[in-house]
Amino acid sequence: MTENTGKVISVNGNLISVEFNGIVSMNEICYIKVDDAILKSEVIRIRGNVAQIQVYEMTNGIKCGDLVEFTGEMLSAELGPGLLGQIYDGLQNPLPVLAKQAGWFLERGIYANGLNTEKKWEFTPTVEAGNVVRAGEYVGTVPEGSFLHKIFVPFYLLGNYTVKSVAPKGEYTVKETVAVLINERGREIPLTMSFKWPVKRAVKCYSERLAPTEMMETKVRLVDSFFPVAKGGTYCTPGPFGAGKTVLQHTTSKYADVDIVIIAACGERAGEVVETLTEFPELIDPKTNRSLMERTIIICNTSSMPVASREASVYTSVTLAEYYRQMGLHVLLLADSTSRWAQALREMSGRLEEIPGEEAFPAYLESYIAAFYERAGYVRLPDGSTGSVTIGGTVSPAGGNFEEPVTQATLKVVGAFHGLSRERSDARKYPAIDPLISWSKYKSVIDREKIEFCKNVLHHGFEISSMMKVVGEEGTTLTDYVTYLKSEMLDAVYLQQNSFDLVDANCGKERQRYVVDKLVRILGSSYSVENKDEARSFFNNLRQKFIDWNYAEFKNEEFSKLEAEIDKLYCKASGKLSKLVQKILEDDAQ
Amino acid sequence: MGKVYNRIESIVGNVITVKADGVQYKELAQINTRFGKSLAQVNKIEGDIVSLQIFAGGQGVSTGDEVRFLGHEMRVSFSEDLLGRIFNGSGEPRDKGPALTENMKAIGGPSVNPTKRILANRMLRTNIPMIDMFNTLVVSQKLPIFSISGEPYNQLLARIAMQAEADVIVLGGMGLKYDDFLYFKEEFSKGGALSKTVMFIHTASDPTVECMMIPDMALAVAEQFALQDKDVLVLLTDMTNFADAMKEIAITQEQVPSNRGYPGDLYSQLASRYEKAVDFADSGSITVLAVTTMPGDDVTHPVPDNTGYITEGQYYLKGGRIEPFGSLSRLKQNVNGKTRKDHRALMDSMIRMYSSYKETLEKKNMGFSMSKWDEKLLKYGELFENKLMSLSINLTLEQALDLGWEILAECFQKEETGIKSDLVEEFWPKK
Repeated sequence: MTENTGKVISVNGNLISVEFNGIVSMNEICYIKVDDAILKSEVIRIRGNVAQIQVYEMTNGIKCGDLVEFTGEMLSAELGPGLLGQIYDGLQNPLPVLAKQAGWFLERGIYANGLNTEKKWEFTPTVEAGNVVRAGEYVGTVPEGSFLHKIFVPFYLLGNYTVKSVAPKGEYTVKETVAVLINERGREIPLTMSFKWPVKRAVKCYSERLAPTEMMETKVRLVDSFFPVAKGGTYCTPGPFGAGKTVLQHTTSKYADVDIVIIAACGERAGEVVETLTEFPELIDPKTNRSLMERTIIICNTSSMPVASREASVYTSVTLAEYYRQMGLHVLLLADSTSRWAQALREMSGRLEEIPGEEAFPAYLESYIAAFYERAGYVRLPDGSTGSVTIGGTVSPAGGNFEEPVTQATLKVVGAFHGLSRERSDARKYPAIDPLISWSKYKSVIDREKIEFCKNVLHHGFEISSMMKVVGEEGTTLTDYVTYLKSEMLDAVYLQQNSFDLVDANCGKERQRYVVDKLVRILGSSYSVENKDEARSFFNNLRQKFIDWNYAEFKNEEFSKLEAEIDKLYCKASGKLSKLVQKILEDDAQ
Repeated sequence: MGKVYNRIESIVGNVITVKADGVQYKELAQINTRFGKSLAQVNKIEGDIVSLQIFAGGQGVSTGDEVRFLGHEMRVSFSEDLLGRIFNGSGEPRDKGPALTENMKAIGGPSVNPTKRILANRMLRTNIPMIDMFNTLVVSQKLPIFSISGEPYNQLLARIAMQAEADVIVLGGMGLKYDDFLYFKEEFSKGGALSKTVMFIHTASDPTVECMMIPDMALAVAEQFALQDKDVLVLLTDMTNFADAMKEIAITQEQVPSNRGYPGDLYSQLASRYEKAVDFADSGSITVLAVTTMPGDDVTHPVPDNTGYITEGQYYLKGGRIEPFGSLSRLKQNVNGKTRKDHRALMDSMIRMYSSYKETLEKKNMGFSMSKWDEKLLKYGELFENKLMSLSINLTLEQALDLGWEILAECFQKEETGIKSDLVEEFWPKK
């Protein structure tokens, strides 16, 4: 590394201008030396011999003439065994380590290694001397939690390499050499179990990208049945404050059917991270019977932490996600909230005095958002296995109005939209995903015609309820009133779900198929009710039974008993299936 | 340290520039004008041109005035002597007491390491039923009070301050009417809370820049007390004035505005203050209650909107009462399972009934006929509003719960409440 330095010539918030003499590259990391610390920064604009840099820390006390040291490296994440279960800040500093060094507060200028360099890992080689390897292939494995963590040929190595030697099976730290490669010109390259990768570049060491067709179960009925998300797909959850974005993501992080969950708490409340930290180690992942924390990585850059590292945090998280994808694992990245990231971009853009776009967001907002979501995907790896990164981002639109730039830019690139509405959350209807505005381009676990039928009931019910607000119950016909009651029931027993109840929150796809069949039958039938009171009391009874049914474990005794009671109610009101629905059910049965 | 400059290059609003070397970002300076001394803070450095915002405002500053750099950032003195004292945004005494200069602490410090926080799980009793019973305040919570001008929000704050179980109270007043300042002073001394209170007061007629310092001063002091094992309650009123002060400075310095003239970093600025609310593992805590007035009763205005995304719920103050709808304490479920076993069930049931009452009331106003059930709801709603919602009511949580049962018993049959039968049997008032 060459000694390359510069001097501070202006300070404006966390944007600093530096005069330099040597060679400086875009997005290079540099350190500012102030009296009490060195502050990590990133080059974001170069003009002549002046570089403008954003500082990942508070900039108090910086003065003109302060020394700046350029490192020649881009902002990178350290990849290797030991990432799982960690709590990092946006720059991959492990927070518990910082707490040991600095105490209560995140004092500036204190950085720590992303991986534990002392811990020994049980390495098993998978190649032999003489084998030819490429970037993205692996030379050995170590067990990490319930996974076999692959030790890769670093993703940045270009071309073919011959293995000269590989360490025997045994225990090594991430800094010890486990293999030596030779490139085509005969140069030796020692490999350790960890390497660095610049976070703003997507990892592309895969054979091909596949279409996301396999569904990712979230166990949320409204999502899986109506607005599903595919593994390797993307979705966004915009909603006003208090609509339950974070609770929804929290539930997803617990129940989603993936191998690894990465939570990027980006510019949100610290209290929520503390909640996850307190809760997750106690919870058991039913798939592996291990603590849920062992499949989780938390990247936490809360709202009061410096803005520039908030911007870095989403890239750090997606890089870790891609790294585990390369091992043939299915990774879910939950970013809460992407609006805070966009605001971080806006703050820097303002300081750079760029010409502002809509609501002062920079003109490149859309392409940045698109590039971020495009890092999701379902891929085939060099060894033939498949892995995926699924990205779910929350959006916090100002005033809950979806017509703002971040929501709109996000909607252009994602595959599913789960719009939360204030009306539903005010009425305590959770999850507050509005079924009338949300959409998904992925395939559901449930037959499409059944879902279309249910959606129709909802639309129709909504129209009638709007009309009823004007003409009153008296002015509505009995048929319309029954349709309205049906849509209310569908909402109450299927769309709404209690995320705090263990059984109800964890509603698998088998159960969803089973329940939807029953529901379609009920909603698609006509009943012999004489008047509105009778209709209301019938549906109230049915609804109550159905809700109890939701709380019973799938196919246990209680479940069958309640199902029988539901059937009895149905028969008593002499339910008669309509031809259309009969056809739908028969078609699917074939 | 004390470099002195005698030449001010430009004066725009509250911001001046001087040519100076070796000045640190955020460093303080003292400027001597014909009206006396004032502090100023560096907020931009471009080569040798240094911009400073003058705490006392730009009025009457002349190009020949003397600027002396102090070599340190904004600080506040911290000791037990603060208790019972009143200061302005520059940290100077507003009462007749002596200036404090010992043990100076920097303000606006770094944020707490999330791994050093613990889950908020202690209830903060206020003896206001609408808070304790329906939207419980939790130690280390940050909650705004959304209100429109004219509502008695300062009275509410003062009452919470008097009745809350806090070791230390820090009041930060921004753009306060002088009357309100006097009101707080009088209430606190009348209630005997003055001796555990520190006040940082900026009144509406004081210079704008001082307004921006108030939350940082108040929270820096609170943090020091919290690290000494104290439970601190910070009251801020009114954060909209704080945001407006930021807007004023940002526009003066020609920053690109984002939404309705507010600077693009409004969210981060508000968040860095609110996030000071904390429950330290093995030490004290900071709870933040902040009034946010909503211009035009519009919750989508940038200030309440950004605030809502930061805080852990909100209280809506409307018509002199805390509205049960819309008001939300996100942390209440952390504590209300441990108070009394009927707490949650009674709370849910009473709110559900009240919402039915509201619907019935609407029906009644539209001229529909009232059924027997409707009559019951109407009676219930009236009792609920008068006996529990009014802000003048002062009851412990247990008394409020008992009263809740009494109200239910007065209006309904047991089975009409929708509460689990065993709870009803245990708590239903016996006549």
